[in-house]
Amino acid sequence: MSPVLVNLAYLIASVLFIFGLKGLSHPRTAVRGNLLGALGMLLAIVVTLIDRSIISYELIIIGFIVGAAIGAVLAYKVQMTGMPQMVALLNGFGGIASLLVAGAAFGESIYLGVAPTDQFTIATVATGIIGSVTFWGSLVAFGKLQGVISEKAIHFKGLHTLDILLGAAAIACGVYIVLEPSVYWPYWALVGIASILGILLTIPIGGADMPVVIALLNSYSGLAGAAAGFVLNNNVLIIAGSLVGASGIILTDIMCRAMNRSWLTVLFGVLGPTSSTPSSDEVYAGKIKATSPEEVAMVLDSARRVVIVPGYGMAVSQAQHAVRDLTNLLESKGVEVEFAIHPVAGRMPGHMNVLLAEANIAYDKLKEMDEVNSTIETADAAIILGANDVVNPVARTDPHSPIAGMPIIDVDKARTVIVIKRSLSPGFAGIPNPLFALDNTLMLFADGKKAILDLIGAIKEA
Amino acid sequence: MEFFIMILTVFVLAIFVGFEVITKVPPILHTPLMSGSNAISGITIIGAILSAGTKHTTLTAVLGVAAVVFATINVVGGFLVTDRMLKMFKKKD
Repeated sequence: MSPVLVNLAYLIASVLFIFGLKGLSHPRTAVRGNLLGALGMLLAIVVTLIDRSIISYELIIIGFIVGAAIGAVLAYKVQMTGMPQMVALLNGFGGIASLLVAGAAFGESIYLGVAPTDQFTIATVATGIIGSVTFWGSLVAFGKLQGVISEKAIHFKGLHTLDILLGAAAIACGVYIVLEPSVYWPYWALVGIASILGILLTIPIGGADMPVVIALLNSYSGLAGAAAGFVLNNNVLIIAGSLVGASGIILTDIMCRAMNRSWLTVLFGVLGPTSSTPSSDEVYAGKIKATSPEEVAMVLDSARRVVIVPGYGMAVSQAQHAVRDLTNLLESKGVEVEFAIHPVAGRMPGHMNVLLAEANIAYDKLKEMDEVNSTIETADAAIILGANDVVNPVARTDPHSPIAGMPIIDVDKARTVIVIKRSLSPGFAGIPNPLFALDNTLMLFADGKKAILDLIGAIKEA
Repeated sequence: MEFFIMILTVFVLAIFVGFEVITKVPPILHTPLMSGSNAISGITIIGAILSAGTKHTTLTAVLGVAAVVFATINVVGGFLVTDRMLKMFKKKD
């Protein structure tokens, strides 16, 4: 096939990717959009396979079979609660694929003895660094989400200095590659150094900041692909990579805004209580009202509008199906039920929505924070299920709090607040939540799923 | 240099297209957006196929095959899991 036809096919593939992402602007068109994206990928792969420089197919076919088998098993076996881990892995695989492609292209240029352009070598260096950081950063994120390594932020003295030194060393290798593009080993030295950097950049980030990290690594995996496009002079790689890069950047920005924190403080800062933070005794002493499922059932019995605020706790206790049953039960009694989803609830962007959709809850019930806040005063009850910092009114009231200015769901303005939580332990920010001590708050101390099931039982008996 | 400016143009314009398209994705679809974009970033498979198929040296062929494997996981796993997730989003019947 002539290069003109190949490039035309790549152009069509790029357009299909754009239409595919455009389809994701509404749940109704999203499935079709995803198919269009897949079609674009198929087209790009097929025209590449008939490229005349390919002398044998057996290695490619082996790669296809192994990769497709692993990919299909992952896609069908993963639980919806495990989606953050799955996306973390896919981010990482995108990164390593790009760094291997650049490594192979660099090796080929040395073997063929052609003098590479500066564009080629600089792009190779960029792909190597971004790809390695993405791969190892994603593996650390995966380990944290899966519980293989501690979810806590791991800090040690001199960490930032070490990061800077490693970054400088990687760039030094890069400069050497550009000046002396006939030597191969500096590329792998660069990959090694950037790999350590990727690990060190991710271990100091704690569990609740994972949405930001995953979104950022998503962006990196796209940028690594775009950089590989500059290595190979290939437009479709550049276009697809930039689309993904832009997507990850937008998501990172949304997550940071939803926490009122800058990228830099998320990636390099330490979040925790300050000296002005009141102790939990001061906030909670004598003001906590523990309740029972029966009492909550009575509250809900007289309610007309109920708002449910899910958090990571719902995912941990796998309570989404029980929540669906509770929703259906309440609706059968004429209660209007809505879900208020905070952008950073859970461990990745959109985490809560996927869990609730899995439990067959209609997507028109899943409301964004601003929409719910505008009508929260008319809610007779707000049920907080495994969320904490995202409903802490301190964000509005105390400018010295670590979460000051973070947009929250104003559940304290609902008539009755029901908090389902195992204990009074603080959320990720490490500060007490005065919401729990309000006059209109009832605390139901239990595991999320068990509490909802008990609640369903109590409502049915009443 | 001229060629570089040309593909740099493509890069910059594609980022703008990305921003325009992605800002319209509603928050409820942010997880499928991430897995779907993972699949699209598997486009490096094209470079991987050429390295694995041209077999200039044993090393580059091995690197190419490894890249084909990782990129195929992204493409197949990404599109399938996105499809699975998106089919769960239903309106009230």
